[in-house]
Amino acid sequence: MIENIINFLSSNIDAIYIIILSIFLGIEVISKVPSILHTPLMSGANAIHGVVIIGAIIVMGLADSNDIVSLILGFLAVVFGTLNVVGGFVVTDRMLEMFKKKK
Amino acid sequence: MNILEISYLISSVTFILGLKMLSNPESARKGNLIAAAGMTLAIFTTIFLYESPAGKPLGNYVWIFGGIAVGTLAGVVAAKKVQMTAMPQMVSLFNGLGALCVAIISFLEYLHFPDEQFSDSFNVRLLIILAGLVIGSVSFSGSIIAYGKLEGKIKDFHFPFHQFINLVFLLIILIMLIIPVAGISHDLSFLFIITFLSIVYGLFFVFPIGGADMPVVISLLNSFTGIAAALGGFLYDNQVMLTGGILVGSSGTILTILMCKAMNRSLWNVVIGTWNASAVSSGAKTTTGSIKEISIQDTAVLMSYSKSVVIVPGYGLAVAQAQHTCKELEQLLEEKGVEVKYAIHPVAGRMPGHMNVLLAEADVSYDKLLEMDEINPEFVKTDVVLILGANDVVNPAALTDPSSPIYGMPILEVINAKNIIVNKRSMSAGYAGIDNELFYNDKTKMLFGDSKKVLGQLVNEIKTL
Repeated sequence: MIENIINFLSSNIDAIYIIILSIFLGIEVISKVPSILHTPLMSGANAIHGVVIIGAIIVMGLADSNDIVSLILGFLAVVFGTLNVVGGFVVTDRMLEMFKKKK
Repeated sequence: MNILEISYLISSVTFILGLKMLSNPESARKGNLIAAAGMTLAIFTTIFLYESPAGKPLGNYVWIFGGIAVGTLAGVVAAKKVQMTAMPQMVSLFNGLGALCVAIISFLEYLHFPDEQFSDSFNVRLLIILAGLVIGSVSFSGSIIAYGKLEGKIKDFHFPFHQFINLVFLLIILIMLIIPVAGISHDLSFLFIITFLSIVYGLFFVFPIGGADMPVVISLLNSFTGIAAALGGFLYDNQVMLTGGILVGSSGTILTILMCKAMNRSLWNVVIGTWNASAVSSGAKTTTGSIKEISIQDTAVLMSYSKSVVIVPGYGLAVAQAQHTCKELEQLLEEKGVEVKYAIHPVAGRMPGHMNVLLAEADVSYDKLLEMDEINPEFVKTDVVLILGANDVVNPAALTDPSSPIYGMPILEVINAKNIIVNKRSMSAGYAGIDNELFYNDKTKMLFGDSKKVLGQLVNEIKTL
């Protein structure tokens, strides 16, 4: 078991670096946000994790065209992922639009 | 393939820049657009340039574009139509759908996992797939409950020993997860059991948490989905999913903690939910005294002839959609030479920053909105404080009564003002379910009624003065 984990880590070492650096970056980027922006920021972050849509596209695009289960589930995943991305960005923009006018 | 990797790099940078710019009011809107542009780039380069490790390009374009078209249409319509007061639950709903997307992907990956790759020793790839499935499912069902609670469709639901039951659930899920990962058995039934249990766990996790804590829960589930997305990135060796997911996972966690801090609570407290349980039973010091009502006419006179008025908007104002009438009142008073300001508590409304968004919608000037630390010293010089549907955030018990469940929460110290007028629909307790001695104070007068109606009458009354 330990051997498997070590093998996995060393063959994915680039990804591990990305993860660790991104964790710190995420913390750093946000830590000074004023509380008035908490809601829009959460909404914007919500849209960004919609990046799962890419996973859905890959699953969908590689699915065998006779595999009905994969096609239907993949299609739903693409729809939900798109909703997350598009809805998320549009809602965030609507919130921020209101701040903008006042400046 | 190279172009695809470069586009992923660009997209990752736009996510980082976008988040950074979103944390500053000046650049926030641009930041959102930059991240959206990066996302679009990543999506389209994936569709046209991605090749599987075996070198197979993507197919099924009709399905992919069909899905994107349906999702875009529904997303734009939903996001454009939603009322400003309903923003928090909309975010929760979108989060739930993103989480469902991860859960479906993980489910399919398990289905397609080649038999010969199930080994009899620890399988890390399988662990990642199943972890994505569990986190995605929990975040999905939890978000839907959070949505329902904020919509008022689902009531707080307590069941005995819920912490214990939740723990047992989590344990069972872990065991179910270990069996295929350790190669003991890879029967398909485990896939179904894990999916089912995770969805139920998500429900149980959010059910007992009070409605007032929903913003924190949504933010927490948001970071869960981010982590699940990053697990997907591992699966496909996809850097943009990895960076996007982890960024949201870590910044979401920090945001959750910041929100808790604004309410002077710990995350642990929110999740375990001692607040609501103890607030009802301990029933802080019973307040004695009588309340005094004030008429619309008297309020109009009092406000028109004072020098400075501070308005404290709360959720009552938001539900009544009274922000526009409130702005009208502000203008009338200003014409009469009264100085009007707004005092915004960090957790006013349903979510930090929610009240700012609502008032901005009604064209209230940005610099009239003062945060708690700025306005608190000014209350001493304020003639009239008008409290519109706020309660817990002005409760002096938070400063004076150690037995109160909200003791220690920073509040707006309206009690220092010369006159306090409280608009509420009735004498019912606030969200935390506790009495407010402010209402019995000598300086306080009650103005009962729906915020919008009362403000409308007040505006008409001041016009006739």
